[in-house]
Amino acid sequence: MDKKTMILGVIGSDVHAVGNQILYRAFTDAGFNVVNLGVMVSQEEFIEAAVEANADVIVVSSLYGHGELDCRGLREKCDEAGLKNILLYVGGNIVVGKQPFDEVEKRFKDMGYDRVFGPGTPPETTIECLREDLKLN
Amino acid sequence: MKAVLLIDFGSTYTKVTAVDVDEGKLLGTSASYTTVATDINEGLHNALALLEKETGPLDFAETYACSSAAGGLRIVTSGLVPNLTAEAAKRASLGAGGKVLRVYSYQLTEDDAEEIRQINPEIMLLCGGTDGGNSECIINNAKIVAAIPENFPVVLAGNRAAARTCETILRESGKDVYVCPNVMPQFNQLNIDPVQKIIRDIFLKRIVQAKGLSQAQSLIDDIMMPTPAAVLKAAELLAKGTENTKGWGELMIVDVGGATTDVYTITDGHPSKPGAVLKGLPEPYAKRTVEGDIGMRYSAHGIVEDAGIARVCELSGLSEEKVEEILELISTHTDTLPNTDEVRRFDYALASLAIEIAVTRHAGTIEEVFTPMGLIYSQVGKDLTKLNCVIATGGSIIHTTNTKDIVSHAMFSPRTPNSLKPLNAEIYIDRSYILASMGLLSEHYPDVALNIMKKELIHGD
Repeated sequence: MDKKTMILGVIGSDVHAVGNQILYRAFTDAGFNVVNLGVMVSQEEFIEAAVEANADVIVVSSLYGHGELDCRGLREKCDEAGLKNILLYVGGNIVVGKQPFDEVEKRFKDMGYDRVFGPGTPPETTIECLREDLKLN
Repeated sequence: MKAVLLIDFGSTYTKVTAVDVDEGKLLGTSASYTTVATDINEGLHNALALLEKETGPLDFAETYACSSAAGGLRIVTSGLVPNLTAEAAKRASLGAGGKVLRVYSYQLTEDDAEEIRQINPEIMLLCGGTDGGNSECIINNAKIVAAIPENFPVVLAGNRAAARTCETILRESGKDVYVCPNVMPQFNQLNIDPVQKIIRDIFLKRIVQAKGLSQAQSLIDDIMMPTPAAVLKAAELLAKGTENTKGWGELMIVDVGGATTDVYTITDGHPSKPGAVLKGLPEPYAKRTVEGDIGMRYSAHGIVEDAGIARVCELSGLSEEKVEEILELISTHTDTLPNTDEVRRFDYALASLAIEIAVTRHAGTIEEVFTPMGLIYSQVGKDLTKLNCVIATGGSIIHTTNTKDIVSHAMFSPRTPNSLKPLNAEIYIDRSYILASMGLLSEHYPDVALNIMKKELIHGD
């Protein structure tokens, strides 16, 4: 079966490069074709990469607390760019301070993200979700 | 003595250069008007007669030529995302020495098809999608292009998964199709060499004939490449050197013409600032850009529009009315020579600004980004701050007297602190106008070409 293509990157003005490398390695080892955009990635860059590579999923990381601002509007822009029904994942320290995760999850799901992961999620959890959502099992 | 003749069929002038490859020296150069409308040999014979007046009769053992006559190599490109495959397609075409008339992105429409029909390019380059990525776009575009009745060759360099389908669609319409590896096989990875090789092959096969250059072919061993490709070759040779002789290291060439200004850089352009994050498409090591709105005559208006009339006045010391008057004169009479003091001052300002604008557009930029983790630098494009030398060429500036002043506008300026232009490069001037010829010569005699360039490019003191 063809490999599924994923766009991976750390959104906004965030330069946390280590976690990005760990995710890149984990997703590649799990058999995904990963296009890693690295750190400081704008919404437009995610979308352009997804269009060119015909991606199945965009995985957005944010670790510096500004995720809520950076992530808003990505779903709408995907729709605009013709990326209909592309899977959107987000994870990391995506909000400021300590907030109850179920509220955070709801807020990001309302923004159009299919899966929302809190701090400390092991890559295996995300890979499980990917397999389920992309019907790889 | 073994004399070799190098010919550059330009859009205005046919330039000839004679070299003694045994002694490794320049014998002479001359130029005469290009006569592509009647018989291109006329202009060539005139130029040769002038040359032999200077050197005495010569018996050429070999002859090589490059050409940008009759409008250059006219290419239309298309890609998917403007910043990605469409940009990659444009860079590949420019690096091959093409004149890029139009860059399309996303799906071509019926109106685009009509526009392409009217342009009737010499090569259409179709790109789009990484390998295994999007294929809808390029297949749609192949269908649109196939429906255009004009018979131009099409180069396919997009998603390899769609190549065969596109090829079939285009062949059925009777077009010549050349299938190449993808210009962007993976995201943010450029692969432009194979496309450039194909473009050059097509240039040799089809375009040399179509442009009436084949009449000259009996005289010439080989019409080898478009002129800008020859200049890029010369630049690479001069930067890298040969096995026997060291080159000058990373460098830039600025060619200011009447209609366009070309900039060539030979450097990887990686960030020199520690910790800078590099964004955007990777840059080709040998890069050419062309500014179609920046030139000394046909595009003089473009310079004044971009720089603002105030800067033209400031640099030339002329009043605003005077600047407007001369601008009108030279852009309607494009053969105006700088024979009066006022036109000389005006040309000084124009040439300085042409270089400043073209190099600023070519150079990368750096931005300070304040993040919660502190100050970060984000770089897009090539960092040219560490270049060793800047070489100026082009008929309109190599004859000026204050050339060094003019060329110093290619350097870093506090006016545009984010633009990564050279900090303290040496300035050289191609007074005898030999760069394209030396690019041609380098195909067979790289050491001779390198030594002649090192000797003939004049240090701008």
